[in-house]
Amino acid sequence: MTIRTEPMTVNVGPQHPSTHGVFRVRITFDGEDIVEVEPVFGYLHRGTEKLAEERNYVQVVTLTDRLDYTSSMINNQAYCIAVERLLGVEPPPRAKYLRTLTAELQRIAAHLIAVGFFVQELGAFGTPLMYAFRSRERILELFEMLCGARITVSYMRPGGVFADAPREFWPALDRFLEDFEVEFAEMEQLLLENEILMIRTRGVSPIPPEVAVNNSVSGPVLRASGVNWDWRKQDPYDAYDQVEFDVPVGSHWDNYDRFWVRIQEVHQSLRIIRQCIEQIEPGPARLELPLVLRPDPGREAYGRVEASKGELAFYLVSDGGIAPYRCKIRSPSLINLTIIEELLVGWKLADMIVSLGSIDINMGEVDR
Amino acid sequence: MYGFAMVKGLLVTLKNLTRKPFTIQYPEERARQHPRFRGEEFVWYEERCTGCASCAKYCPLGIIKIVTSPSESAIPQGDKYRLEVFDIELQRCMFCGLCVEACPYDALFMGSGFEQGQYSRKNMVITIDQLRNAEKHPSTWFRPQLEGYEGEPSSGRGSRSIAQGDSRFTYDPRGGPPLGWREVGREGWRWHQREKAGMRLDTESAEQAGAGDE
Repeated sequence: MTIRTEPMTVNVGPQHPSTHGVFRVRITFDGEDIVEVEPVFGYLHRGTEKLAEERNYVQVVTLTDRLDYTSSMINNQAYCIAVERLLGVEPPPRAKYLRTLTAELQRIAAHLIAVGFFVQELGAFGTPLMYAFRSRERILELFEMLCGARITVSYMRPGGVFADAPREFWPALDRFLEDFEVEFAEMEQLLLENEILMIRTRGVSPIPPEVAVNNSVSGPVLRASGVNWDWRKQDPYDAYDQVEFDVPVGSHWDNYDRFWVRIQEVHQSLRIIRQCIEQIEPGPARLELPLVLRPDPGREAYGRVEASKGELAFYLVSDGGIAPYRCKIRSPSLINLTIIEELLVGWKLADMIVSLGSIDINMGEVDR
Repeated sequence: MYGFAMVKGLLVTLKNLTRKPFTIQYPEERARQHPRFRGEEFVWYEERCTGCASCAKYCPLGIIKIVTSPSESAIPQGDKYRLEVFDIELQRCMFCGLCVEACPYDALFMGSGFEQGQYSRKNMVITIDQLRNAEKHPSTWFRPQLEGYEGEPSSGRGSRSIAQGDSRFTYDPRGGPPLGWREVGREGWRWHQREKAGMRLDTESAEQAGAGDE
């Protein structure tokens, strides 16, 4: 007797707890194997690029907080670098160090979320995620001390940061670094060699380097595919040319490597933070710029940083007015999402959510 | 050996089982609130406000509404306007603090509370009377004169010397008494006076002035 089978199309999302926001994928299954993937996004579209065109250059900083809400500091940094290039100014050195330091703290916080949710999607409900959130909470507390908000920081401004760190920030940062070493070592002990995690992720959904490069993938996903490419090294901005760090590169290109690269990057971020604390000098933390900025008409600028998800860039065009004529956002999550077909097709349903978690998308940034 | 790493992982769980919980029971206990916290219930000092509406112009969302009329008793320094309406639509506010940054006269401050939940949107609009009568617990966001140490706001010291400094907060917006309009301005602030007297302040003399205070 033969059984007649036919492929089945299933909608995952937009309200699904594991799709990292309001993201919908139409997946055609043949039994348990994925044969076709069609991502549908736009549910979180807020028109950030258009909104930026009717706000002045400083007000747009508050919009960038809301792009990738897990790494708002780095979004601020990318935008401020773009505006500074548009104006042709350079922030003072202390501001550069403060930006580097806060951006690296934010990178740790974002990678903790990425690692925590990645493991949660494997089925380790709660425990590792809560350990990650405990450490992240300390970073958010540091941000509150710096700028009065935890997520929507708006700490940086074109020409530096809004104000210098308060005096109590530095001892608090030292205490955090001390405790975080211990907490993170525990997380590594819990996760890195765990057999279940290895079995579920080793060799699953590998992205070969040529596929990653052809799809313009960036960030930890690209580095896990074995490409040594980090904008902090390739095109140093702020104080990254003053600090030493390594770029971890994966060798198996699979889900485990994407997870491993993020863990290693946290170590490198800690290294950068330590060097920033060593090297930072007293001085002004902000350039004296007018409240309403008016760049020369016809100027264009491209500000590019290595965000926690990949290459984040702002392309600004000025027409001489107080608002950008055009503000294009190159968001890493959207571009990283384009490899979803290579990532999922041919693999099983159970690996789907894990693979999605391994590229660490953030819908606030995909839909903008 | 299979399962060894899992035992190692379980040891971590065991260690955390004996640890003091990291969470706090919110209504009974409260987390430490930092002085720069950008909170609700804006603090506004009518005595300092000239009605220039810089805050309204600089708000990214345009939620501050100001209506003024020329005052009968104009002060000689500039035209003082009488404020008739000063509405802040709190329900649309994102607490970015740009209005405070734009205020040139230290009249508007971020508040320090966060428990202003309401059942109706109407009640979320802060009117001028509410602003007048509210207890003033200003946040130190963009107001370095409140942070308890004098010195140029951006002078800062090297992290090494700061690390030995006082780690307690010198100003506590919630715990302390409400502040009057005379106490919050930057005119009482040493570098401000010196700059007004025409002296350029370099970092070194600020360091010395700061060292003398402690």
